[in-house]
Amino acid sequence: MFLTVIGALNEGFLQTLRLFAVTLLGAIPLGLVISFGSMSRFTPLRWLSRTVVWIIRGTPLMLQLLVIFYVPGMVLESGSPWPGGESGRFLASAIAFIINYACYFSEIYRGGIQGVPTGQQEAGLVLGMTKSQIFFRVTLLQMIKRIVPPMANEIITLVKDTSIARIISLQEVIWAGYAFMKGSHGYSGLWWPLLFTGLYYLVFNGGLTLFFAWVERKLDYFK
Amino acid sequence: MPILEVQNIEKHFGATHVLEDISFTLEQGQALAIIGSSGSGKTTLLRCLNFLETPDQGRILVNGETLFDAGDPATQREADVRKKRLHFGLVFQSFNLFPQYTALQNVTLARELLAQEAPDYKARRKEIHAQIEAQGRSLLEQMGLSDRAGHYPHQLSGGQQQRVAIARALALEPDILCFDEPTSALDPELTGEVLRVIRGLAERRTTMVIVTHEMAFARDVADQVIFMDGGVIVEQGSPDQVIEHPREERTRQFLSRYAQK
Repeated sequence: MFLTVIGALNEGFLQTLRLFAVTLLGAIPLGLVISFGSMSRFTPLRWLSRTVVWIIRGTPLMLQLLVIFYVPGMVLESGSPWPGGESGRFLASAIAFIINYACYFSEIYRGGIQGVPTGQQEAGLVLGMTKSQIFFRVTLLQMIKRIVPPMANEIITLVKDTSIARIISLQEVIWAGYAFMKGSHGYSGLWWPLLFTGLYYLVFNGGLTLFFAWVERKLDYFK
Repeated sequence: MPILEVQNIEKHFGATHVLEDISFTLEQGQALAIIGSSGSGKTTLLRCLNFLETPDQGRILVNGETLFDAGDPATQREADVRKKRLHFGLVFQSFNLFPQYTALQNVTLARELLAQEAPDYKARRKEIHAQIEAQGRSLLEQMGLSDRAGHYPHQLSGGQQQRVAIARALALEPDILCFDEPTSALDPELTGEVLRVIRGLAERRTTMVIVTHEMAFARDVADQVIFMDGGVIVEQGSPDQVIEHPREERTRQFLSRYAQK
């Protein structure tokens, strides 16, 4: 019985990890695009970016997930654009998570970029550096140092937020644990697998915490 | 021929007229001190010389070559401006050292990046590298900081940071070195070491434009003094003339406020 439970939970956690990894891969660069939009000198673009950020941060991720998964199928004549089964649920979840997290990341980046004193840029300019030299050789590392703690916070939240994808029945780790209460594996009324899922999160987030502490230490040599 | 000629510079920020008909010349090897109260336009003038601000009117010439002419857009192309900036060095009030680099790296970074643009860089890489590092070390030594080459800015005192910043500006061998209130962000006991360094540069005939609130220093070091107020040059001449025997009422008022401190 224990092995059955662990096997099912492992499979669920794998799906959790997949969603986590795909979200990071998509949201980290998309967030940069949105943050540049939010800082653009071209007013319509700035307003568009900031409105998107406002809507996404202002509504629950669970609602966004439901809208992205169900609404296209209800309004499009061709029916739901999502592939059937688990792959369709994963794709919809990934898109919802990427958009949601990109908006949060964009604000963190914006803070990081604007937090580097303009004097740094000016010092680079008077030393005859190009804009890109200034970005890559002077400001980038200072920016990264500033955003590590808030990014660590968001990324740890993301690990736990993946459980929200259960709302469209994505088979992540809590879904897998809950199945043993409902009896889908031939066992019903088992409550301890659910507690075990907590252990998966704890251990994974423990690893992330150590990793980010290491990054912070690495960047500790300057102020 | 003067090394620097500034002709009829005008600058507005919105409706505020921050620089009004600014003209002066500076000879090779001379030091010019610009004095005046806060908001008089001194810093803006310095920023115009370093192409951090674009004047609305006027011309800037170095060694007879027109670097900037408000009436001629061909003198304002972004790609050229970068090279033109190299005629000038600028030492900021707030140092603006790069925190992630050591004192030595701060001094050599710009030089290294420029060297990479040279056509024979790849072939002579090691040699160029060694040259730049040697120059950086010798500049730090000249600033009395040989033992601080490996320190990061946050490990240095304000006075030491400013001396690294001076070495960094000197590394590019500018024709004219500008200082924007170099001691204003320092504790009083640290201003001396920075002023001593600048004095040393003046003795070696470095061409300098120094915006400062240190009247005694300006009197001793400068060959020429400009007093600015409300965006205009009220009075200019030798230190003896402007600081010791001012002709204008506004200069006298300004100097008497300093004498009381």
